[in-house]
Amino acid sequence: MAQFKNSTVKIDNEEKMSGKALFTDDLPSEGFLWVRPLRSNIPCGRIRTINVPKLPKGYYWVDAKDIVKENVVNIIFSDWPVFADRRVNYYGETIGLLIGPDKAKLEELGRLLQVNYDEEIPHFKLNNSKIHKSFTKGNLDEVIKNHDFMLEETFETGYQEQVYLEPQSMIMWLDGDKITIKASMQCPFYIKNAVVRTLGCSPDKVRVIQPAVGGAFGGKEHYPSMMAAQLATAIMKIKKPLKMVFDRSEDLMYTTKRHPSRTTYTGYVKDGRLVGVKAHVGLNGGAYLGCSGVVLNRGLIAVVDSYDVPNLDVTGDVYVTNTMPTAAFRGFGSPQTIFAFEMFIEHIAKAIGVDPVEFKLKHLVKKGQTTAVNGKFHDDIILPQLVEKAMEMSDFKRKYKEYSKPGSNRGIGISTFLHGCGFTGSGESTIINAQLKLTKDENDIVHLYTSQVDFGQGNRTTLKKIVSDTLGIPEEQVTHEAPDTDHTLSTGPTAASRTIIIVGYLCEKAAKHLKEIWKPGVYQEWIEPYVGPDYIHWDEDTLQGDAYPGYAWGVNIVEISFDPITYQVKVEGAWSTYDVGHAIDERIVIGQADGGLAQAIGYGYLENMEMAEGRFRQKTLADYIIPTSADLPMMETELIDNLFAYGASGAKGCGELTFVGGAPALCHAIEMAINRKIYKIPANPEYLMELVENGKD
Amino acid sequence: MEKISFYLNGKQVKLAIDPSTRLLDVLRIRLHMTGVKEGCGEGECGACSVLVDGVCYNSCLTPVANVMGKHIVTIEGFRTTKQYRIIADAFADFGASQCGFCTPGMILNAYALLKNNPHPSEEEVRIALSGNLCRCTGYNAIVKAILEIAEKGDIVW
Repeated sequence: MAQFKNSTVKIDNEEKMSGKALFTDDLPSEGFLWVRPLRSNIPCGRIRTINVPKLPKGYYWVDAKDIVKENVVNIIFSDWPVFADRRVNYYGETIGLLIGPDKAKLEELGRLLQVNYDEEIPHFKLNNSKIHKSFTKGNLDEVIKNHDFMLEETFETGYQEQVYLEPQSMIMWLDGDKITIKASMQCPFYIKNAVVRTLGCSPDKVRVIQPAVGGAFGGKEHYPSMMAAQLATAIMKIKKPLKMVFDRSEDLMYTTKRHPSRTTYTGYVKDGRLVGVKAHVGLNGGAYLGCSGVVLNRGLIAVVDSYDVPNLDVTGDVYVTNTMPTAAFRGFGSPQTIFAFEMFIEHIAKAIGVDPVEFKLKHLVKKGQTTAVNGKFHDDIILPQLVEKAMEMSDFKRKYKEYSKPGSNRGIGISTFLHGCGFTGSGESTIINAQLKLTKDENDIVHLYTSQVDFGQGNRTTLKKIVSDTLGIPEEQVTHEAPDTDHTLSTGPTAASRTIIIVGYLCEKAAKHLKEIWKPGVYQEWIEPYVGPDYIHWDEDTLQGDAYPGYAWGVNIVEISFDPITYQVKVEGAWSTYDVGHAIDERIVIGQADGGLAQAIGYGYLENMEMAEGRFRQKTLADYIIPTSADLPMMETELIDNLFAYGASGAKGCGELTFVGGAPALCHAIEMAINRKIYKIPANPEYLMELVENGKD
Repeated sequence: MEKISFYLNGKQVKLAIDPSTRLLDVLRIRLHMTGVKEGCGEGECGACSVLVDGVCYNSCLTPVANVMGKHIVTIEGFRTTKQYRIIADAFADFGASQCGFCTPGMILNAYALLKNNPHPSEEEVRIALSGNLCRCTGYNAIVKAILEIAEKGDIVW
């Protein structure tokens, strides 16, 4: 028997294991027409003509001319058109849709359809900034005048594809004059709002229902809004039910990925302490900005990770290029800077001849200190306990000493990190405004309504459990169905590690209120709006203040062996400790920990996606490699409670936290094994060979 | 069109069909076995795993002609067995299913492994499952669940 504290079997567990759960492509869709996007095959240029072949009866072409109201996808910064209009800005941009009953026929028609362009010279260099951010802390100029040692280094991270096992898929039909959508998604209200915006229709004319969703990891946060806006335009024209299901190659080539980054640090040391850092973070946003500005914010806020550096001068840019737009992926900007800073701080220690791990531990942030953006760490920080526990679990000190000897071909590395939970700053109260509805029927069954999508994280179960625990009733007395925008208020998107810290907290408060007014045998309803901690003050323009309602913390230790002949790395062990406040369900949190770290390890050394002339070179899962069971060791995780005052039973977030520290812990271990410095990920055999032959020790 | 016949979950099926049709499409579209998933369509992910005469196959790479006269078991058939119950209970106990898209294929492959090798080592489990991708769990819980079943002995297989 597995030993987990306070854990229950997930609501949807049996239906998923038995294959009964219906994912979008499994839903009955008799009579639905297939939708095939026709995409640009150049990275940049003006569309001269679109020559649509003569279409057989029952086949349709839909493009920008069919836009009902606004040719824009409603994403944070709405610059991405639903259909390319007169010009294309990246290879793969959707020009229009071919629609009809037979998939093979659509392929044939797609090959006959001709788009003529006036090609322009595409822009791929990272120098065309469309979003620039900056902030300072302390006084870096003074440090620059007075220091003992200085080091400047640049780090790069690559694209990363989510590889949710279920590709993007959506079906849409008309129910009278109401558009109804089922899709693989994270955020039902994002989809609804995108349709309302492009059609200019009333919100009550759009309904979004969530079927089973096969993984998302950020990849289904914004992209389904694009698909919905396209299908909605088509359905208004042809009034027939529609189905769009991507195959894996389409999904790999034409959906959003993690932002590639280039981060440069200049660090200043005085009396053995890192007293100042100048940093620049550059992200490749692709052809349209979408959510990239927010991704940059998160990266900048995490620019010195979990370390106290009193003087900072930080700038960041989102660069626009003629490439596939980049967007959300677990961690949302912070994995890039946390990788870079973790490597950088160890490199500084090595350069001044002190032990890198001791040097890092000396710089860990403490309660009451200011954050990088001049906010305050209001709550207890238990990083030292987390470090001690993780070191004990992994026998770190012994291995560290042993593997440091030259020629060991083994290494062990440690990273410490934080993750701000929820939307940045006051976003929860100013942008999201979540409201949660709890009802109780005449049989005293309690119904919980949220817009949180359970795409594997177990939140349908966890949120329900918060309600039943708070009310002191059996779990069976509470229902929590998958979201339907006609039945639930918006409790916000399933993103930003906000589900438990924000919506979980709402569940607890609503349940407490319902308990106070509880009358057996009658229908009752309670609506709870989110009110965050009142000490949170944030200025979005200057990026100053308290960036998040709360922080979760973690430590990863990764052990590897290195083959000096093939340059291959084998991950031999992985240990983690986390402070997620309190685990509502330990089995679910450990599941997040295992999965997050596995993805992070993949990010660090395996997952290589390259761009050549605006096109991804990896087009299948045979060339974009993610970890298999044979690539990973048994991972061990321990949780240490550190209750958060504004969380349900003290719970904070955990989904993204488990991702952000894996790649640097792995790369520290590789550095030890090869005695070379790593400046980019993925650290694949080709790169390691180059380092071993020509790199710096 | 050819007449193709095989056994699906114990019952004989006869279809007039292009023999080069992917078994995956025959199962999902013609026979509504939607527990068989398409994750990649090229034999990399294993979400479409089915048992063909007890051996785990990627149904996306199998033309239906190749299963003439053979016995195919999908999750829809396997879920009625006591072997399924044992694997599913262990999966539930360790939290081995998150989004669930890979799970039916993973369970069938776990069964194929345990039937041939009731006491696999951790390494044998990892190698046996390496054709079934999971992006949610990091495989930890899946491998632990199978090792736990392996300890229980071979009576059930």
